[in-house]
Amino acid sequence: MTAASKPASRAPVHPVLDVERIRADFPLLALRVNGRPLVYLDSAATSQKPQQVIDATASYYAQANANVHRAVYSLSERATAAYEGVRGQVQRFLGAADPREIVFVRGATEAINLVAHSFGRARLRSGDEVVISAMEHHSDIVPWQLVCEERGAHLRVIPMNRDGELLLEEYAALLNVRTKLVAVTHVSNSLGTINPVKEMVALAHARGIPVLVDGAQAAPHLAVDVRDLDCDFYAVSGHKMIGPTGIGVLYGKAERLEGMPPYQGGGDMIRSVTFEKTTYAPLPAKFEAGTPNIAGVVGLGAALDYRAAMPWAAVEAHEADLLGYATERLSAIPGLKIVGTARHKVSVVSFVLEGVHAHDIGTIVDQQGVAIRSGHHCTQPVMDFFGVPATARASFAFYNTRREVDALAAAVMTVREVFG
Amino acid sequence: MAELGDLYQQVIIDHAKHPRNLRAIADPTRSAVGDNPLCGDRITVYLRLEGNLIADVSFEGSGCAISRASGSLMTSAVRGKSTAEAEDLFRAFHAMLTGTAGTAATPAPLGKLAAFAGVRQFPARVKCANLSWHALHAALTLSAESVSTE
Repeated sequence: MTAASKPASRAPVHPVLDVERIRADFPLLALRVNGRPLVYLDSAATSQKPQQVIDATASYYAQANANVHRAVYSLSERATAAYEGVRGQVQRFLGAADPREIVFVRGATEAINLVAHSFGRARLRSGDEVVISAMEHHSDIVPWQLVCEERGAHLRVIPMNRDGELLLEEYAALLNVRTKLVAVTHVSNSLGTINPVKEMVALAHARGIPVLVDGAQAAPHLAVDVRDLDCDFYAVSGHKMIGPTGIGVLYGKAERLEGMPPYQGGGDMIRSVTFEKTTYAPLPAKFEAGTPNIAGVVGLGAALDYRAAMPWAAVEAHEADLLGYATERLSAIPGLKIVGTARHKVSVVSFVLEGVHAHDIGTIVDQQGVAIRSGHHCTQPVMDFFGVPATARASFAFYNTRREVDALAAAVMTVREVFG
Repeated sequence: MAELGDLYQQVIIDHAKHPRNLRAIADPTRSAVGDNPLCGDRITVYLRLEGNLIADVSFEGSGCAISRASGSLMTSAVRGKSTAEAEDLFRAFHAMLTGTAGTAATPAPLGKLAAFAGVRQFPARVKCANLSWHALHAALTLSAESVSTE
């Protein structure tokens, strides 16, 4: 799947999931922290990067750096070919129909803001409604609040149950003639819930309502097919799926993107400019004003190469095993309660410990080399719903091991010792 | 290397588990909120002043062991002090946490508050220990209704 113009992929092939060999590709996993081997369990915040991604980014700067879509010289053509080659890779990765439907952005946050600013502002009128869910990340709440406030529209929220599963009947009842968009996360970052987005898209489409899916937490774990989901927009962050920071993707159906006004103005997004009138470039350039993050795009391409070489069924089986094992080990700790117990989950385990604040858990396990997230995970409404100020969250990627789950469980036991 | 025992001193664990003065004052002379939205700690400090004397002081809210213990020890330390003495303690405490010398020629004696000296080795947690003190400072100086140490 590598475009001829890109540097040849060095991604290894794993007939079965050889986790130790995979770990050897991720230099940071060999670090020691506080005198202990690092146990990195915060991949839902950002994943670690394989050497192949690090090398691709460095090699772009060393051997191919030139601006894209500009000059006629060979180097610029090479950079443009590499950049556009990755667009094709992303198209195939997401199952999109056309590379014009792939817009490079900074991350999922910018992808959602792009749709809120462009699609939302053009389409929302006073009294209209945008439907989001109770488990959205702040990045899929605040952009809609901003545009709703500006347009006099209202935000409606799909409720969830105590397991952290959306209530689909309530969702269906929320949809009405005033609903102009549904924006829902594919996977919850703080609960791990996998939402039935295909079914949710179908319910919205039955009423002619477009749907944006926030895929920031889904793409690292699931094989995503945007045409199967039939969503209108899908947002992805590169850094959560072993790619570089500062690069992400907005997928949008061509007919949706065609009808939307530009998001930012500048170079690269125009067809012609005079002081009287500017006409815009065709897709996807219309939404890519200014010099893009070319090195980030090249790194994202290497990340997709790496991923394509892994047997994905084996990855999913391994992550499911880690989730099951971590759930079992943590549940056995007295006073520990798991927050987010949906039937369908990715390998994310949020938990609280009776009488101990999440930040104290985070600091104490860090002394054992265990890196987990503590806080509200940019989902304050989820914390409010469960009546907790914060949770501790361990999130697992395919490079994690059962041994690391054991290290986490042992470290959490020391929290009990500190607090007597 | 920083040791956990430096952070979670016995006096801190004790005050975190059994916080003193954890209540509201019904009719406070002044109050202020300390809010660290990124970590979710939120503490309200209440003051009842008689002239320049802190006749009663209390706090409420949710937070980690460090911020709770700090609220408990702060309120214990400044009760019965003058507002000027409380401000001296605020400066001395802040100087201890940030490793700066402070501005006072003879810093106020910290007593039990010295238990927080180890927090300096955990930079991510300094804001937790500081929160109730900054709320106190805001209430004393009427500088703000809500402060943050993030």
